[in-house]
Amino acid sequence: MARTADIGAAPAAAPAAAPRSMSPTWRRFREAFRRHPTAILGAAILIAMIAIAIFAPWLGTVDPQAVSPAKRLRPPSGAFWLGTDMLGRDVYSRVVFGARVSLTVGLAVAALSTLLGLTIGLVTGYMRRVDAVVMRVMDGLMSIPSVLLAIALMALTKASIGNVIVAITLAEMPRVVRLVRSLVLSLREQTYVEAAIAAGTTLPRILVRHILPNIVAPLLVQGTYVCGSAMITEAILSFIGAGTPPNIPSWGNIMAEGRSLIQIASYLIVFPGICLSVTVLAVNLLGDGMRDALDPRLARRM
Amino acid sequence: MIAYIIRRLLSTLVVMAVVGFVVFSLLYLTPGDPAAVIAGDIATSEDIQRIHQRLGLDDPFIVQFGRWVGALAHGDLGTSIFTNLPVTQLIGQRVEPTVSLTLCTLVVSIALAVPLGVVAAAKAGTWFDRAVMAFSVLGFSVPVFVLAYILILTFSVRLDWLPVQGYRSFHEGVWPWLRHLILPSIALGTVYVALIARMTRASMLDVLAQDYIRTAEAKGLAPQQVLIGHALKNAAIPVMTIIGVGIALLISGAIVTETVFALPGIGRLTVDAILRRDYPIIQGVILIFSAVYVLVNLLVDLSYVLFDPRIRY
Repeated sequence: MARTADIGAAPAAAPAAAPRSMSPTWRRFREAFRRHPTAILGAAILIAMIAIAIFAPWLGTVDPQAVSPAKRLRPPSGAFWLGTDMLGRDVYSRVVFGARVSLTVGLAVAALSTLLGLTIGLVTGYMRRVDAVVMRVMDGLMSIPSVLLAIALMALTKASIGNVIVAITLAEMPRVVRLVRSLVLSLREQTYVEAAIAAGTTLPRILVRHILPNIVAPLLVQGTYVCGSAMITEAILSFIGAGTPPNIPSWGNIMAEGRSLIQIASYLIVFPGICLSVTVLAVNLLGDGMRDALDPRLARRM
Repeated sequence: MIAYIIRRLLSTLVVMAVVGFVVFSLLYLTPGDPAAVIAGDIATSEDIQRIHQRLGLDDPFIVQFGRWVGALAHGDLGTSIFTNLPVTQLIGQRVEPTVSLTLCTLVVSIALAVPLGVVAAAKAGTWFDRAVMAFSVLGFSVPVFVLAYILILTFSVRLDWLPVQGYRSFHEGVWPWLRHLILPSIALGTVYVALIARMTRASMLDVLAQDYIRTAEAKGLAPQQVLIGHALKNAAIPVMTIIGVGIALLISGAIVTETVFALPGIGRLTVDAILRRDYPIIQGVILIFSAVYVLVNLLVDLSYVLFDPRIRY
């Protein structure tokens, strides 16, 4: 349906819709967003969550660590929107501040593992000798389920957000390396790359001018999924006590603290749980929209 | 074919060697002196020195690694720092709940996901197809433990149909055993069902567009016969692959699920070990889970021959 509408509008709209400065990739992204309202919904929720995280102190919150034993385990009310926990801390404030941890970890892991994966993937895709060794190491790392690897790394170090980011990045990175490497291996056989080599273009220039631009888009999609999966892993680590330290509220450790109170104060678990699920859902919807944009053939199947 | 199997076994060995090396390095890099931990608070520096010598902690990395691999070959995964019991024994005591949970989840998930994916592909574009796809996006987004608590609050706390937590051994009767596994399996299996259903649907859509499907329909075969006999058989390989890869989700999820439902399995053992920094246990669990994962995927690779006689390797 979208197709016929486009063709009908083509004579008038085509010159305006495709400014020369816009690369085909971005045009496809924009096109896909128009066809997938859910991707826009995902982006909107994500932006709202980021805004909540940034402006947390000005959203009617109190100090999320302020203990007041007299007001323990109050159910949600006008004074305490989401109730209070067993130390009398305001759950609403804790959940709002918890958004900071989830988003910081999600975005930082996505950025770091994409950058690291890109670098290692480019090198292994071009150097046979390095490739054999690095890929065996990556295979080994990938056969350790990523949550387990992150647990092992966290058990090595002190609980801190920085360490959580490093641990999850190391667990997620091998999959990015694999993706970049396979793209490089197929791209370097392309005629235009061979032509560039024949014309005497240097290797760094080939990588930057001819290989990189074709990797950016799939890498962006992968980065989105890494972000969603990192947020879940952070919550799991915090939930089992191997993640964000207890003095920083995160959705995972708010739930961990509410664990034994599930039958009397279920709001301690329900609200952070909903926030986490909705945020991950938003990231995944965005990722699905971008993936469909990249591969219209896949779009019909998935 | 034989050559392929040998090649595949060799690459599995290489992967396991890398896993072993990574796991050992993690232990080696652990900050703090394991001898000091073992010796306890009142030990003198001579005591610690003696333990150092007994355990060979002053030897070079490669010597210690060699000794560790040698012990591993004899089925020795080391000794728990906290309980002073062999790690293999501690893990052995906890195998039953974990195997019950993961096998239950595996069987039910596949039995549910494959038909969902097949029907969604056969009815592509209908409300049923959309519902399956929406379910799969949701399944990917709601973390295991959030789903677990939603289930507990609904079916155990509010409706009081099923136990909130706990585990009954298989020997205490099939029904009590199963009753305690229903909610954990649903919580753990949802993301797995989402994954397999999505892949089955995608793979089926590819196959259904092939000429031989049209031929089968043209010669008057019943739709079910075409769907199962012709399409599903040819769509099976990507589905098998994702079932194997998805085992990683089950393993990671089991740790969290066991924590939420207080199942005394390997996941629970791991979480307790993390809190006590009992590193040999964590190391042993990672090694065993990774070995299971690698072996399952080896079997999946070898099983392709059953689905596609054209594959001769």
